[in-house]
Order: sequence, then structure tokens, then C-alpha cells
Amino acid sequence: MYEKITGSEILIRALADNGVDCVFGYPGGQIMPVYDKIYENQHGVRHFLARHEQGAIHAAEGYARATGRTGVVVTTSGPGAMNLLTGLADALMDSTPIVAISGQVGCGMLGKDAFQESDVISSVLPVTKWALQVRRAEDIAPAISRAFYIANSGRPGPVVIDLARDAQVGSAVYEHQSEPFIRSYDSDPELQEDEVSEAARLLNEAERPLLLAGHGIMISGAEKALADLVEKAGIPVGCTMLGLSSIPSSHPQYVGMLGMHGNLGPNINTNRADVILAVGMRFDDRVTGDVRKYAPDAKIIHIDIDSSEFDKMIRCDLHLHSDARKALDALLPLVDKRERKEWRESFDRHERIEAERVMARELSCVAPEGKMLMGGVVRKVCDAFGNDAIVVTDVGQNQMFAVKYSQFNQTRSLISSGGLGTMGFGLPAAIGAKIGKPDRPVVLFCGDGGLQMTVEELGMIMEYGIDVKIILLNNNFLGNVRQWQHLFFNRRYSSTPMVNPDFRMLAGAYGIAAADVADVSRLDSAVAEMKAHDGAYLLNVNIDETDMVFPMTPGGNGVDEILLNESEYYKPV
Amino acid sequence: MEEQLYTISVYTENRVTLLHQISMIFSRRCLNIDSLSVSACSIEGVHKFTITCFSSRTMMEHVVKQIEKRIDVIKAFLMTDDEILFQEVALYKVPTESVVNTDIEDIVRRHGARVLEIHPEYTVFEKTGHTDEIMELYRHLKPLGIRQFVRSGRIAVTRSSRELVDEFLEKRIAAYQRSKA
Repeated sequence: MYEKITGSEILIRALADNGVDCVFGYPGGQIMPVYDKIYENQHGVRHFLARHEQGAIHAAEGYARATGRTGVVVTTSGPGAMNLLTGLADALMDSTPIVAISGQVGCGMLGKDAFQESDVISSVLPVTKWALQVRRAEDIAPAISRAFYIANSGRPGPVVIDLARDAQVGSAVYEHQSEPFIRSYDSDPELQEDEVSEAARLLNEAERPLLLAGHGIMISGAEKALADLVEKAGIPVGCTMLGLSSIPSSHPQYVGMLGMHGNLGPNINTNRADVILAVGMRFDDRVTGDVRKYAPDAKIIHIDIDSSEFDKMIRCDLHLHSDARKALDALLPLVDKRERKEWRESFDRHERIEAERVMARELSCVAPEGKMLMGGVVRKVCDAFGNDAIVVTDVGQNQMFAVKYSQFNQTRSLISSGGLGTMGFGLPAAIGAKIGKPDRPVVLFCGDGGLQMTVEELGMIMEYGIDVKIILLNNNFLGNVRQWQHLFFNRRYSSTPMVNPDFRMLAGAYGIAAADVADVSRLDSAVAEMKAHDGAYLLNVNIDETDMVFPMTPGGNGVDEILLNESEYYKPV
Repeated sequence: MEEQLYTISVYTENRVTLLHQISMIFSRRCLNIDSLSVSACSIEGVHKFTITCFSSRTMMEHVVKQIEKRIDVIKAFLMTDDEILFQEVALYKVPTESVVNTDIEDIVRRHGARVLEIHPEYTVFEKTGHTDEIMELYRHLKPLGIRQFVRSGRIAVTRSSRELVDEFLEKRIAAYQRSKA
């Protein structure tokens, strides 16, 4: 029991002790002692070989977002570690728990421009919640314990452990670690009773309250607390993009998505509400539009576990520095039972208009030359899976249509790169999500641009037989940039048309079943075939490139200044 | 938004990378740190960064929260000059031959400075005070030909009776002990 073992073996045992069942990674020179232990596979930690370190970390993100557990990625030094930067930044923005372990050259070579040496800690500090270089075997177990605690407590985020070769090959006794105490870091701030009662008072006095549900709802497991509160108090709920699926789309109090491409109802009514209860969200500029025109009539209550979010974008009237579930649970007994029927119905008017003026055409799916529209394709796929699939998206128009035309029955059903908007996120994230949740169907909506940014990860699908349904919304354009060029740059389509490969053949090269859907008449049967297929599938759908995402609040507009189409602003009555 | 000089006191664990973790919050917003000094404080194992920066209150409030968000930072505080006692130290090196037969003794005495070293070639004066006092002496010594000059970052203590983090740390330790019990 008190036998000394190598640092590499300590690492694997520490990962297993922290509940890790799989890691995503890529070997290389300065992480070989660790891979030698991975080869033995003694502690139930399975390794998935990505085709690029960026793919590995996005897969770990997908795994973490689908399961709530910490995603783990292992890379070598230098280029291996540097290729993590995009994923780390993405995970930091979207509060995703990640522990990244990068190999590092021996301590004696640090700072001497050794082969594949890079200053990992300095590079990753701005894009991580915490980062530490470990230089001795005996420091590994405490560092890993701390890393997992920090990554997945408070507001989750990415942590990097830079593991010098000396630590990997040195030896020490492995000691099981109890949960660390970090005096400088309060991961679970105490809820203040007077603030809870003040929040309840504001809500009880409100005639037109609106709840903004963010990612924090799902991170803290507050789905039930949220539903209970809004059902009792009669509060309509709008979701941020990352908050989608925290409440079922069919819930009577759910009124749609917030923000630039959100639904008319919650955006218009943000500026008509008298009290806004913002929970586990950060008033992203894509949600608020021009902050000077945001919610002028509302008292705003902000619940967040990260106090640096308070008053960052929007000055709020009351802050509850707390875990979202604790705060909502505490509020529930204090709020009056109310219906607020008229206020709730005021959202329906906008919803009807949006359905008629924007969504009907999109859902018809019909465009010139038999081409299809993204929204209609998304809805057909989600219907086919009974709205129970995990929907993963890439970034761009495909993302906006995927989030707007999907319906969600279950929590943690949307995985998308929100804050950073990382093209190339989708494919590896979908793979990670499927590995984390093998019993749920996983569908990926992506564009032809984003897919090609990490297309090499089709290799992971092939190697491990990952059942991911890929719906390629292919318009041979970088569609979202095209939309902005169309609207704001005088239709000068600079570098947005794409000459693409034959995606069906590409999938075929990886042994992945695929079909081209050239014509809308073939769509229903193609979706059915994809669903029935046992294993991964790529559906290459011929999309009309002129299709644009609406409604849209152009940059600089107030949240209620919304385009219904390229020339008409919405005039709510 | 009106800009002025702010002093930020940051209490941290004594680890490598803290300087980087703090300075990157400023560089991200392209804020120039006016002065910086780091040392131990009265609590064992706790280090204190004293930073001055010329900016707006809103900007500084955001910066302080983002500094405090770093895991290894215990607490950070934003202060204006009326809330603190602060000093800087400066060294001035002038040619010894130029101070002979001048009213240097009077200047040094009036400015509360002192002579640190007299060498046949140069003489070094030391002065502690606020920036304007230090620069006032600089102006008086300038005609003598200043060969070297250096001014330290600001150091500051608050008008409260204890370190600002004492209470926070006591609470954290108590919470930890409760969780163990």
C-alpha cells in the first residue's frame, strides 16, 4: 500500500479516483510515460484518440456538457498543448468543466527552447479558471484533486495541469485525496436571507415578471426548482441559448429564446416587464442588444454564483450571489401563488405573428430548384427523434436554425458553442456527447464550413463506432457571414462561397454511411433512413444559400428593435 | 466617466504566476498599470500587491472583481487616496562635485530627504513621500545634473485596524471547520 509508483501511474489512479471513465487525447514525446500507463488500462480509464488536439478538447467539452461530469483531455507538450487554446477559451466562456493534462519537457530544460517546449502556463492563464505546473511525482495527486474540484465547482471552467517529465517518471507513494479546502475560493457562497426575501417581495409585487433562464440552471441542477417556481408564481420563462432545454419547450410558462436571433415574445416583453429575474446567465451582448435600451421599466434581480458578473453588462437592483438551485429553492416558499394570465397571453400574440411571418415559410422547407431551408430540415429531424435527441450544433446559421427549430423534452439536450462561437466545435462535441450519453440519440447540425474545420474527427467515429447522426446543412457558403454581407456589406460576398468536396464520398472514406438529399421531395425518406440506420450517418442536405436567419436584432439595436425580414421591422401592437 | 488615480490592494496566496494572473486582467483591457509593488503582509503566507492605475471607477470595479475571481487571489479592494496611507521611496544620484558649495544641505533638510552615500564621484539621496513631494525634490536637484533616478511603486495601508482580509479568512476557516465537524 505504501509502495512507491511512478508519477504516470499516480496520475491514472488519481483520475480514476476522481470518477474519470474516459479521456480524450493525443500522444507525443513528452507525455509518453503517461501513455505507457494508459496502455495498461488498469484503472478503468478508457482513452479515445482524437485526430487533432482541438478535436480532443471539444470532444471533452461535449462529454462534459452532456453529462455534467468533468471532461478530461491529455496532450503532449508544445504543439499539443497549444492546440488546446481554442477549446480552453470555449470552455471558459461556456462554463464547461474540463481538466486538461499536457506533458512538458523536463524541468532542467524549461526556458531553454527545448524541442516541443512552450510556455504553457503563461499561454493558458487567460483562458483557464486555474492552471498549475507540476514538477514532482508526489505533487500529482493533490494537484489532480484540486484541478477536479476547481473545474467542477462554483462556476465550472477549464483547468490545465502542465506535467513536467520529471513528475511523470519520478516516483512517490499514492495517497487518496479528500476534497480540498481552498481558503481563497468559496465555491458555494452562502445565500443571504434578507436578499431572498427582498427578491420575493419584488416578484410578489410584480405585474409583469419575466424569468431569464441561463446555463446555470442546468449546471446547478435547478430544472425542477425553476419549473416549480414559475408554475407557482406564474412567471413566463425565456431561455438564453445555453439555457435551452433547462425547461421543456412545451412547458406552459416557456416563451422562447432570448437574444439577437431569439423569439419575438421574450425579446419584446423584456422591455415591457416590470421585474426581471435573471438566473445563471450573464447578460451577454447577444442577449441584451444595446444595453442603454435594455429593460428600461424593470427592476432586475440577478442570481449568479460568479459575482464578477454582477453589474458587468447591466446594472441590477438586487444581486443574489448563490448557486441557482439553492436560490430558487429558497424563493419558492416566499412567492405568492399567481396566474398573471393576461401577461402570459401577451407573449402568444408575438408568437403567432412570428409563426406566420417567419416560421411558416421556413418550416415548409421549400426553396427554388428543389433546395431546402434549414429550419424545416431541423424540425423534421427533431420530430423524427421525438424531441428526445441531444442536439449538438456547430456555429453560424446552422446553429441559429438548429436552436430555434428544435424542441426539447429533456434537460441537457442542447450542446453548442455559445460565448466563443467556435466553428469546428460541433463534430467533436457530438462525439464526446455520445460517449458520455450512449443511451441517448445524438444529432449534429453543422454547416459545410464548420464541418471542415474539424472534419478529421470522422476518424474517431470510424475507430470507435460512435453513433452520431450528422445533418450537414450544406449551402456551399459560409452562410452567417454571407447573411451579414448581404445585409450590411452591400451584398459583397467576400470569401464566403466555398468549393466543397463530395461529402458523401468523404464519409464513405471513413466507412460512415451517408446520403445526399438534393431535392426536398426526398427529405422525409432520407431522414427516416438515417434514423433507422444503426450507426453513424451523414446526411448532406442541399440548402438554399439565400436563406437568412430571422427574426434578427442587428448590432446596436435595442432588444425590441427586431427585423422580421431584410427590410421590415417588427411593429408590435 | 471621470478618471482618477485608484489604488488596488490584492491579497493572494504566495505562488508563482500570480503577477501574471493579475497583470493580464489589466492588459486585456489595455489598461496601463501606473505602479506596482509586491511583498508579504502581516498574515503569514499571504502576499499583498499594491497597484495604482489611472482610470474610471466602473472600469476599476470590473477589474477588481475579475482579479478576485482568480482562484489563488484571496481578496481585492479598490481604494481612493483619502481611504489609505501611502508612500513611495525615491533615489537620486548626482555628481558629488556639483553639490559642493551649494545649498544642498538646506534642500535635503527642507524636503525630509537623507544622504544615502557620498562617493568621490557621486552622491545618492533618498526620499520617502508622495509622488508630488518626490518630484518636487527632483526639480530642485535637476540643476545639479541628475545621473540616475528611480521611484518605487506605491505602498499603502488602510485606515482600518486590521488587514482587510482578516475577517474573510476567519469566516472561511470557520466554514471549513463546520464542514469537517
